[in-house]
Amino acid sequence: MEPRAHSVVMDEEKCKGCTNCIKRCPTEAIRVRGGKAFILTERCIDCGECIRTCENHAKKAVADSLETLQQYKYRVALPAPSLYAQFKSEKPEKILAALSQLGFDEIYEVAYAAELTTCAIQQYIRDYREAHGAEAYPLISSSCPVVTRLIQVRFPSLLPNLIPVDPPYITAAKFFLRQRLPALNLSREQVGVFFITPCPAKITDLNNYGKQLVDGAIPINVLFGKVNQLLFRKGDSPSVRESSGVGIGWARAGGENFAVKSENAMAVDGIQNVVALLEEIEMDKLQDIEYIEAMACPQGCVGGALTVENPFVARVMIRKLATQYGDQILPAKVKALYKELTKEQPRFFIHDQVIPAKPVLKLDGDLTKAITKLNQLEEIVTKLPGIDCGACGSPTCRSLAEDIVQNNAQLTDCIIILREQLEELAQRLLVLAQIRPPAMGWETGRKGEKNDPEGIGRGD
Amino acid sequence: MAETRVLLEFPVEGGNFPAAGEAASKVKKTLQKLGIDSDLTRRVSIATYEAEMNIVIHAEYGKITLQVDAEGIWVRAEDRGKGIPDIDQAMLEGFSTAPERIREMGFGAGMGLPNIKKCADQLEIKTKLNVGTTVDMGFYYPAKSKSEKRTT
Repeated sequence: MEPRAHSVVMDEEKCKGCTNCIKRCPTEAIRVRGGKAFILTERCIDCGECIRTCENHAKKAVADSLETLQQYKYRVALPAPSLYAQFKSEKPEKILAALSQLGFDEIYEVAYAAELTTCAIQQYIRDYREAHGAEAYPLISSSCPVVTRLIQVRFPSLLPNLIPVDPPYITAAKFFLRQRLPALNLSREQVGVFFITPCPAKITDLNNYGKQLVDGAIPINVLFGKVNQLLFRKGDSPSVRESSGVGIGWARAGGENFAVKSENAMAVDGIQNVVALLEEIEMDKLQDIEYIEAMACPQGCVGGALTVENPFVARVMIRKLATQYGDQILPAKVKALYKELTKEQPRFFIHDQVIPAKPVLKLDGDLTKAITKLNQLEEIVTKLPGIDCGACGSPTCRSLAEDIVQNNAQLTDCIIILREQLEELAQRLLVLAQIRPPAMGWETGRKGEKNDPEGIGRGD
Repeated sequence: MAETRVLLEFPVEGGNFPAAGEAASKVKKTLQKLGIDSDLTRRVSIATYEAEMNIVIHAEYGKITLQVDAEGIWVRAEDRGKGIPDIDQAMLEGFSTAPERIREMGFGAGMGLPNIKKCADQLEIKTKLNVGTTVDMGFYYPAKSKSEKRTT
């Protein structure tokens, strides 16, 4: 896969230029110009809110189709645990078998990687507690790539709070490449590794990891139909499920918390709720919490913008499956594997690259210029109606003011102001139209007279 | 040459807990727009929040004034209220005169002024009993950005 900045893109033909998406974007990254929405890429955090909101399906994720599989000799699927919640009460085994029938030669469950990730997070929290005592809490999970990006853009002071343990989908890919690929006796190019994803943000994250981990990402809603068909076929095809309820549970909000079993943890889901909670953390109001699981999608990964099943239904499904397959204790073989992996490579699960701040909200890099722009912005805000209608193509009056200051919009883009100016002009026109030339009589057009109370027609 | 600065005022209403924190939140957003260092922004926001809460808890009416200029960030929290009888005592961690019903809401733990002192680089409190209190807080830019400023 080519490195790309984002996975959420516009389908210009489908966009009707409405303002639904711009109002929902948590980083105000969308504008409508020339009748079409467009994404300010440096602000986009790939949360997928716009994909969810758009009634015309004009926002989509850049992803791969099943045809891409044909390019590889050996095909590997890394299915996210949220996949198991998409097909009513079908067993994960049957779903995995259907994936095999779709053309995958091998399956590495992300749910299984989530169990290894659980061990790594537990370890990190333990080490952190020893090193820091009660200082600088809460720690924040980096399992949701949207939350990580949100922190980079809007809450950079919280970057040190992020737990630097790679999310399960990254670990699954790393784990396959390390443990299994060498035994296949195939070159890397012959093997196609595909992540089955519930959301666009994970595609972006895999793309930008720094080294090539996967060769493609297929959204759950792309293969849903085919898998569903295969599930109806009679006859069993054997498949092995390695994950337990601990890893499967990760697909729902609170599942990661439940797996990690920190005594003093909390979970939050839904992007606006995450924003509100991060605000509290930045105000030092949650220092008594040890560790926070934050999921951008409602109900967690099962609410991903590229899933099919209703998130609430899917969440219950995940809980049932997790209970059924044992979600109380991490399997001993997982713990043993974790020990083995970290013994050979102590930082196997750790994200080693620095996650930089991306302060894209600032008006200018130079403080003096930023101050000037802010003063202009505040003055424009007082002129705008403050109804945040979005008809100008910017999400709020304040953001229009910012766009004006940055020379990306003008005051008359506001339809209320345009109307006011038109009204003024119309009144002037009316007054001028009613003025009679001297040859037709002076009786109108003098100050104080009923057709020209302002004396506009006096001409002095 | 006119001095380049930002001067913004945010009114604060005593006793209005649902709206408490809005001034601090606006201060934070403003500093983000100005591209102020994120750790400094956080210090200013926390101190402003504490000062705002003090107005909400103890006073009838007040306002927060934010000034940003080339030297630093200046926040003034002034109120009309009963004033502070003993400033030294108020600076002690855990000392609070907040009434029981406010403590029951989880506020008034006696950490307000001590927290402000921790966050601000400069602090001055003027108070007059039964008239009101003015808290002046100053914050300086991190050393690096300050020296950059001198050279330009």
